[in-house]
Amino acid sequence: MSAETEPLLSVRGLTKHFPVRQGLRARGAVRAVDGLDFDVRPGETLGLVGESGCGKTTTGRMLVRLLEPTSGSITFAGRDITHGGRRELRGLRQDLQIIFQDPYASLNPRHTVGRIVAMPLQVNRITPPGGVKKRVQELLELVGLNPEHYNRYPHEFSGGQRQRIGIARALALKPKLIVADEPVSALDVSIQAQVINLLRDLQRDLDLAFVFIAHDLAVIRHFCHRVAVMYLGTIVEIGDRDTIYTRPQHPYTRALLSAIPDVTTLGPAGRIRLTGDVPTPLNPPSGCRFRTRCWKATDHCATEEPALTTRDDGGQLTACHYPESGPVGMPTGEPVEVSK
Amino acid sequence: MGRSEAVPSGEPDRPEVPEQRSGDGPYLQVRELRVRFDTEDGVVRAVDGVSFAVERGRTLGIVGESGSGKSVTSLAILGLHNAKRTTISGEISVGGRQLVGLREEEIRRLRGRDMAMIFQDPLSALHPYYSVGRQIAEAYRVHHPRAGRREARSRAVDMLGRVGIPQPAKRFDQYPHEFSGGMRQRAMIAMALVNDPDLLIADEPTTALDVTVQAQILDLLADLQEEFRSAIILITHDLGVVSQVADDVLVMYAGRAVEHGSVERVLRAPQHPYTWGLLSSVPSLHGDADADLVPIPGNPPSLINLPSGCAFHPRCRWADVNGDRSRIEVPELREAGQAGHLVACHLSAADRERIYRDEVAQVGVAR
Repeated sequence: MSAETEPLLSVRGLTKHFPVRQGLRARGAVRAVDGLDFDVRPGETLGLVGESGCGKTTTGRMLVRLLEPTSGSITFAGRDITHGGRRELRGLRQDLQIIFQDPYASLNPRHTVGRIVAMPLQVNRITPPGGVKKRVQELLELVGLNPEHYNRYPHEFSGGQRQRIGIARALALKPKLIVADEPVSALDVSIQAQVINLLRDLQRDLDLAFVFIAHDLAVIRHFCHRVAVMYLGTIVEIGDRDTIYTRPQHPYTRALLSAIPDVTTLGPAGRIRLTGDVPTPLNPPSGCRFRTRCWKATDHCATEEPALTTRDDGGQLTACHYPESGPVGMPTGEPVEVSK
Repeated sequence: MGRSEAVPSGEPDRPEVPEQRSGDGPYLQVRELRVRFDTEDGVVRAVDGVSFAVERGRTLGIVGESGSGKSVTSLAILGLHNAKRTTISGEISVGGRQLVGLREEEIRRLRGRDMAMIFQDPLSALHPYYSVGRQIAEAYRVHHPRAGRREARSRAVDMLGRVGIPQPAKRFDQYPHEFSGGMRQRAMIAMALVNDPDLLIADEPTTALDVTVQAQILDLLADLQEEFRSAIILITHDLGVVSQVADDVLVMYAGRAVEHGSVERVLRAPQHPYTWGLLSSVPSLHGDADADLVPIPGNPPSLINLPSGCAFHPRCRWADVNGDRSRIEVPELREAGQAGHLVACHLSAADRERIYRDEVAQVGVAR
């Protein structure tokens, strides 16, 4: 992926604050997303990873304009779509689709599969060559479902199959970019692998760009070219997959990686144990937002917010005053106690 | 967990109901457990002949996908199934007492005191209307009727502190909604442990939590086990979690045990094709990120209409190795290779070894 390629999606200073009211008076705002910058090139997959409340889902919803950004800009294929209205967005929605997390809630139980998958074509008044039914059956086949099941209802399908229906619907308009919000986290492990493989095949065959949102770093690793790690509404580290997984510089990325229980290691292998919980986005810590749980934090971290910049030894951008360096080793079993 | 093998005889004093415990043998022994539900569509065989044992100070991980019967097994041990619609047979012995067929009030006397449960979703398991501390104190007073209000309160505050909740005396009076997800799960653990249970069943205790908080809770469970020497059953779909905390693993599929053994054996030298499938379908942080995952084809079967023979045969790539046998005959759990490592599969030991070596280990299972 060369850097010269014009980005398909370009996000600058993207921010979403949800006002919190008490009675009639505003009482502050939940700063769900607070100034994101990133690009997605055509055919590229970007993973957004972080814990609950880090703003990854809010970001995904703003990208497809299900939520109105508070400030910042979203540029898609050269057009500013930050505040576009219904009509301006209509053409655009064909190129920009979303797959939802919950395969049970995101399909209308009273519509047949054929109708669900055909809906995007209908809404956009598109008649594909050969007719709607033929196109829908092609799509069902593409995602590994039996095209004969055209007339069945969602309840007749298992969770994994429903997620395939959602994917077929997202593909109906031949989009250029798909936002996938936790597409496999509601599925059983054996089914999860089926859906990840399907998405990978589709991504390669159709040259789709993805913004892949997940909390599971192992899933992200198997799907994404680049990874952005989010914490409390900001990106703390972004870079190529291999850099992020082998030479992460932000302490949070390191803690996140070492917290994942991995089948390949037996016994408590954890080296970094964060204490405490993620602070409330209603009143995030001053300076670096991770400082309250970070073992390297100093007074400097409380006063100055670190900028997302590149260091000489890695290819990634990191927002930290005291970045780590060197590779992450295989777990050695020596725990590092982290307490503040 | 479970570093020492000795079973201590010292029991906490329980003046209310004096009982004898068998000092030796596993604390929990389940034999040929069968749980059936009568539904309009037919009889659901949720658990179909499962046997296992857990000693004090040890952790058994029960692994399986949705519908494998892992949660139903744990609810049966605690006697939480609706007796009108459920048929339970087999043996469940806790501390030498037979639980199957016991009257409701007898089980209730044990539940919460000798055995306790940590549920997956602490928000729905805690009552939103009562303060967290009050709920923990109540759990204590139920089994200590002579304990006063003040004693119960101090006990609950003590437990909240033990599970790592800061300012426990202040937190006692707060409500579940004022706790974060990780704190709620800690409060649930405090409630489960308030009566020093000897058997703790944790049903997906960390599934709803973020990974950094999950790591904290797993550490906490390990520390508490060392302190209280309880037997723990950890139910999960996450093989990674099992590899971190379990001593033994039971792999369930469609209500039956397909593999059972020490965590080293089951994860390092797995014998059942379903266990192979689980291990190769999980994305890992190590190994080739660009290689395709190897999913298990198809879907888990319906428990009303189980496939004949080995329930896994429609999804098994090696079902035909022994002709029609897998389709006709239910495989029995048999020792595989090493003492204590059991597998229910018709493949011969030689076939399993060859297939695992040549076809399965190649794709990156258990490096």
